[in-house]
Amino acid sequence: MKLSRRSWLSVAIGLVIGAVAPVSVAQQNPIKVGIGIAQTGTLGGGGKAALLAIQMWVEDVNQKGGLLGRKVELISYDDQSNPATIPGIYTKLLDVDGVDLLIAPYGTVPTAPLMPMVKQRGLLLMGNFSFQVNHKVQHDMWFNNAPWNDASSWSDGFIRAGQKHGAKTIAILAADQEFAQNLANGARVLAKKAGLKTVYEQNYPPTTVDFSSMIRAVRAAKPDIVFVMSYPNDSVAIVRAVNEIGVGSSVKLFGGGMVGLQFTPIMASLGSSLNGIVNYNSYVPGIKYPGVEEFLQRYAKKAVEAKVDPLGFYLPPFNYAIGQMLEQAIKATNSIDHKKLADYLRKNEMKTIVGPIRYDKNGEWANPRVVQAQFRGVVDKNVEQFRDPKKQVVIYPDQYKTGEVVVPFEKARK
Amino acid sequence: MFFSFDLLFEAVLFGVLLGCFYAAVSIGLSVSFGLLDVPHVAHPAIMVFGAYCTYLLGLYGFDPIVAGIVLMAPFFLLGMLVYRFYYETFERRGSEAGVRGLAFFFGLAFIIEVGLILAFGVDQRFVEADYIGSSLSLGDYRIPYRMLVAFGVALVLTISLTLYLSKTFTGRAIKAVAQDEPALRLMGANPVRIKQWAFGIATGVSALAGAMLIIVGPVEPSLDRVYIGRTFAVVVLAGLGSMTGTLAAGLILGISESIVLMLFGASWAPAVAFGLLLIVLGIRPQGLFGR
Repeated sequence: MKLSRRSWLSVAIGLVIGAVAPVSVAQQNPIKVGIGIAQTGTLGGGGKAALLAIQMWVEDVNQKGGLLGRKVELISYDDQSNPATIPGIYTKLLDVDGVDLLIAPYGTVPTAPLMPMVKQRGLLLMGNFSFQVNHKVQHDMWFNNAPWNDASSWSDGFIRAGQKHGAKTIAILAADQEFAQNLANGARVLAKKAGLKTVYEQNYPPTTVDFSSMIRAVRAAKPDIVFVMSYPNDSVAIVRAVNEIGVGSSVKLFGGGMVGLQFTPIMASLGSSLNGIVNYNSYVPGIKYPGVEEFLQRYAKKAVEAKVDPLGFYLPPFNYAIGQMLEQAIKATNSIDHKKLADYLRKNEMKTIVGPIRYDKNGEWANPRVVQAQFRGVVDKNVEQFRDPKKQVVIYPDQYKTGEVVVPFEKARK
Repeated sequence: MFFSFDLLFEAVLFGVLLGCFYAAVSIGLSVSFGLLDVPHVAHPAIMVFGAYCTYLLGLYGFDPIVAGIVLMAPFFLLGMLVYRFYYETFERRGSEAGVRGLAFFFGLAFIIEVGLILAFGVDQRFVEADYIGSSLSLGDYRIPYRMLVAFGVALVLTISLTLYLSKTFTGRAIKAVAQDEPALRLMGANPVRIKQWAFGIATGVSALAGAMLIIVGPVEPSLDRVYIGRTFAVVVLAGLGSMTGTLAAGLILGISESIVLMLFGASWAPAVAFGLLLIVLGIRPQGLFGR
């Protein structure tokens, strides 16, 4: 059989395409990372800042040539701060978008409905500032980026500070949501252990408009410390009500678990009303982690363009750290196999801009580093003041301590 | 549960203030849904829009209450335009207007929410004024001025709208269009223009209610979802279209929420308020002040 010149040409082109195709597909197929994260609703402010940080990691890693010779692509959807959207979003990410790796939504409430799905499918899930969502599910491929572990790691510093100043009674105010209730349960156990008598306890629905009545009741109960577990909108309304109604001279410490008082727009708007409040945080200026300040400088420039939290102390460094952990695990295992990655994450120390992280068997930080800091000398209408370490004095843990707590609460407010 | 008669008195006092605030944010809906039978589910979203406009004027030094009053005129015109569009595209086309109108107003609410997110982002917005963050001390009691402002505005709006609807020709025409539209047409009045005017008033009032919203607490684009249930509950409990009824229903909800919160806990407050609505509707389907 004699082949024509045209046939030879076709065979040659076919051979070239056949030889090159697998290589180009490999180069073109990015590693897809999927996330559903609040861009609207009550968690939207934090979610936007968090997503920006993950995008920064994607840019950084792609500038360095990607991972395993492939670019990294981020696919994200807005969960609207609504947990009901989560199963649909993550099913789409996995089955339609075909993502290779998953990052959990920001917060406890949206993450909870995702846990059964990832456990059933045997998927690695990088947690994103949720609290005790793996407590009952016990998924061995879950790794949370938040610097806490169980409730004691969160509330201990606050309750100890109260005890140190002679507190005998406690009032507990908590949102009727999974995160706040988990935390409240932990706080109750800790308070009981510490011998504190609970003189007032109130769970409130997330749609509560005004907190004046609750603050009045707190004042009437005359507690020594008031432990509050609230979401951003509630936190603002509670701080305002405290400013208007007052909590009484008996109160030594107020705060503890108020989400939102870490977000710059809220801190700037509440201004001097924040003074005296002792509240949890993940990072405050003055804490030295290698690379975190350089990251925050880069973040600040991008945040202005993106119109998100301009300081970004609370969530962004820890979201960037999620990317760093994935990067370290993928490079070390030379794989994106979920089991291999989970195994690596479980056994090795992760080097991140929020310090070294080791995980316990539940996928939470083996050495939690929740900070309790007291707002002091905050003035109105000044965003930049929060870069000053003196505005949030760390009272716990000891290794990051920058001062002693000022009590009683009314005195600390001045 | 922590109980004392002082606390009970305070619960009633704060319930009155909260109830007046509920009435202030519901009274516009009482006109649009109660009197005009328009399924205006975008009412809370328009209020939130009003709150953001108040915020914008606040950046130029406007007091929030003054801003709310200034915004009433442009919102009145906006309301007239929205109603005209709704009438031409839905109401005029027949019996399914109600259901399709519901879709229209849901769409409007969604557009407003997304528009606010695009324009302002998702962060909370606040306004500043001397009466925000401070309180009036009466002996041992401290009453937030911002709630007193809501109380005053609710009273002024209720009295003004009641007088307007009963003493003026247009006001009586608005009530007539709610009761018997063909009869009004026979009297030589144009029901569509009357409804358009009334919807304008409802929207104008929403602007002031929006100012109340941002005075009482910070706002964010999705805040309308918190108020949609409460505002409709107040209007239905009142008896559709009754302005004094709206104030009374707001007070009932506010006081019951406040007392239940004190006695049984805040988690029960919304359930009891809506339970009360069901009981009242079971006994008086036309609402407390409906005919």
